[in-house]
Amino acid sequence: MPEKILMIALSPTMETGTLARWRKKEGDTVASGDVLCEVETDKATMDYESSSEGTLLKILLPEGGQAKVGDPIAIVGKPGEDIAAILAEGPAKASVSKAAPLKPVAGPAASAAPAAHSSPGGRIKASPLARRLAGTKGLDLRTVKGTGPEGRVVKRDVESMPAAGGAQAAVRPSAPLLKPGPGDEVLPVSRMRQVIARRLSESMYTAPHYYLTVAVGMDELLAARTRLNAGREKKISVNAFLMAICGHALARHPRVNSSWNGETLLQHPTADIGLAVSLPDGLITPVVRDCGRKGIAVIDAELSDLVERARAGKLAPAEYAGATFTISNLGAAGIDEFTAIINPPGSAILAVGAVRKEPVVENDAVVIRQRMRVTLSCDHRIIDGAVGAAFLRELADMLENPLLALA
Amino acid sequence: MSTVTFREALRAALDEEMARDDSVILLGEEVGQYNGAYKVSQGLLEKYGPERVMDTPISEEGFTGIGIGAAIAGLRPVVEWMTFNFSLQAMDQVISNAAKMRYMSGGQFSVPIVFRGPNGPAEFLGAQHSQALQSLFAHFPGLKVVAPSTPADGKGLLKASIRDDNPVLFLESEMMYGLKGEVPEGEHVVPLGVADIKRPGKDVTIVTYSKPVRMALEAAEALAGEGIDAEVVDLRSLRPLDERTVYDSVMRTNRCVVVDESMPFASVGSHIAWLVSRNCFDDLDASVELVSGEDVPMPYNHGLELAAQPSIEKIVSAVKRVLYA
Repeated sequence: MPEKILMIALSPTMETGTLARWRKKEGDTVASGDVLCEVETDKATMDYESSSEGTLLKILLPEGGQAKVGDPIAIVGKPGEDIAAILAEGPAKASVSKAAPLKPVAGPAASAAPAAHSSPGGRIKASPLARRLAGTKGLDLRTVKGTGPEGRVVKRDVESMPAAGGAQAAVRPSAPLLKPGPGDEVLPVSRMRQVIARRLSESMYTAPHYYLTVAVGMDELLAARTRLNAGREKKISVNAFLMAICGHALARHPRVNSSWNGETLLQHPTADIGLAVSLPDGLITPVVRDCGRKGIAVIDAELSDLVERARAGKLAPAEYAGATFTISNLGAAGIDEFTAIINPPGSAILAVGAVRKEPVVENDAVVIRQRMRVTLSCDHRIIDGAVGAAFLRELADMLENPLLALA
Repeated sequence: MSTVTFREALRAALDEEMARDDSVILLGEEVGQYNGAYKVSQGLLEKYGPERVMDTPISEEGFTGIGIGAAIAGLRPVVEWMTFNFSLQAMDQVISNAAKMRYMSGGQFSVPIVFRGPNGPAEFLGAQHSQALQSLFAHFPGLKVVAPSTPADGKGLLKASIRDDNPVLFLESEMMYGLKGEVPEGEHVVPLGVADIKRPGKDVTIVTYSKPVRMALEAAEALAGEGIDAEVVDLRSLRPLDERTVYDSVMRTNRCVVVDESMPFASVGSHIAWLVSRNCFDDLDASVELVSGEDVPMPYNHGLELAAQPSIEKIVSAVKRVLYA
């Protein structure tokens, strides 16, 4: 019996995949675990490993083609088997493939969509305009109840829906569709940029942000770093220090290390800290797991490996998904202070500015100190002002006096 | 600006063009001594004489062919068909000669001619004399097809048609000759291929032309009473077709109803509905509706005659369908 190979979700947010390269060709033997093809997801290019065995009878999706998750991309079976019946079926209804199951990632990003509305065949009837509007709003049409003939989703149905992010979401102003003016250049938008646009808008419009800023004395930490790096071939980065100390602070303030989950909170056992890494067109946040219980050198080693592979576009989804807290450091870019948008499923993000020598009043005398401003963006649904302030104060104290992290 | 009837506006266009250009002549059945079956040409024989205003025998194929020959030879004839129903006698001349001459002579001969007269159903004329034939003419490349809805557009478009170097089918309507409207005096030329938004609106685009424009405007008024704001686009010419104005409107309203008194199969209306479906696909919130004449020979019974044509009620109903109202 020939078997359809379906496009699967190779990242938690993937809805469609672009076939980058077939590694098997028609007629090749396929064993379970063999890499069938490479698929460009919204974040990276991933290997697709087969869970089926047999002969690759037919490639349905050519290189460069796009398929929705659940659509067939190839047929595997015994040589010479009749595949006409499968070919006649056309696109399959979206379903979770049994191939290479991925561990679901906690948090809203991977939470189930509301009950779907679709016709029995799984095809969703929607006007072309409604389809386009749903796309710009980041809505899954399956979650929109259609009020047109035979349940067709029409413009008013999409407009009456809150933007993607759940029932608590505020209605997002619909994106104005601009006509290019004279001289305007229309540039295509990468998959990554679409994901950034959707996820950050979702965060900004659904999580009520507020911001706390504190100036931190950095002399002690920098001196400690110098001592630690003396004689080391590979210097430990300031970011590794920040991650380690944030890990300790989060362990003492578990509320900050939580996710909003509709009607409940998920309090995470480990501080999985993401670091925003900029890419030529976008950014990605590789995650160092369990920062609260790892030494600085270990964190630094993991971080530099992740950053290097992030810049090469080689991160696996599990390596950038599910940060419970995020750090964005624009100090190297010469920024003094800024506010960042929370990176779901985390509920706070730390925006780190540059370290500068500043005059500071100590014991009624002006002295020169190295200082750095950090701004914490908090999701008020989870972290009230006093909770956020207590966390940030303790974090600042630890940064000023790293020994406190061990206390 | 003065308020005149449609027939007076057309007469003014003919008069002004004949005065402006000696090569403009008028020929057809009863255009001279009888002053025209619908009195469009009233007074022109007296003013311009029998060499330029010619009564012809009752032979459409003959005088249409004479007009085409005169156009090739350098005149700018206006051929009046007493109605477009009689143009069927002259189809071979129009389609095989007028439409093709410029192309097949490699541009050596042009055919600057206007064929004009009432088109479309009027009242109590029976199946053979109640036909809207624009889709036949619009089918053929090489012909321009113009269909005004107001006296002002009638005058401006007829002047532009006479000055055009290509054969132009100029569609009037028996039911429109008595309609009054403000018409600019003197040089008022409306270029071919430019549609006109007769009523701006934001909820739905009604695309139409010729006689049904008035009906669409009345339907829009009725819809306004229900809080529906309809835009009425008057195409004015079918060939060339001002697609941009139609698409821009549909992209604003996301909904389109085409109103056309042709019969529906392979018609101007069905073609426009296809164009909108294709070119505005991602902006449409509903499939394009077509309100057309019914797919039957025109009944003589007056109740059935009216039922076989577009109506305000049919337009209102189609608008509500595309609005899911």
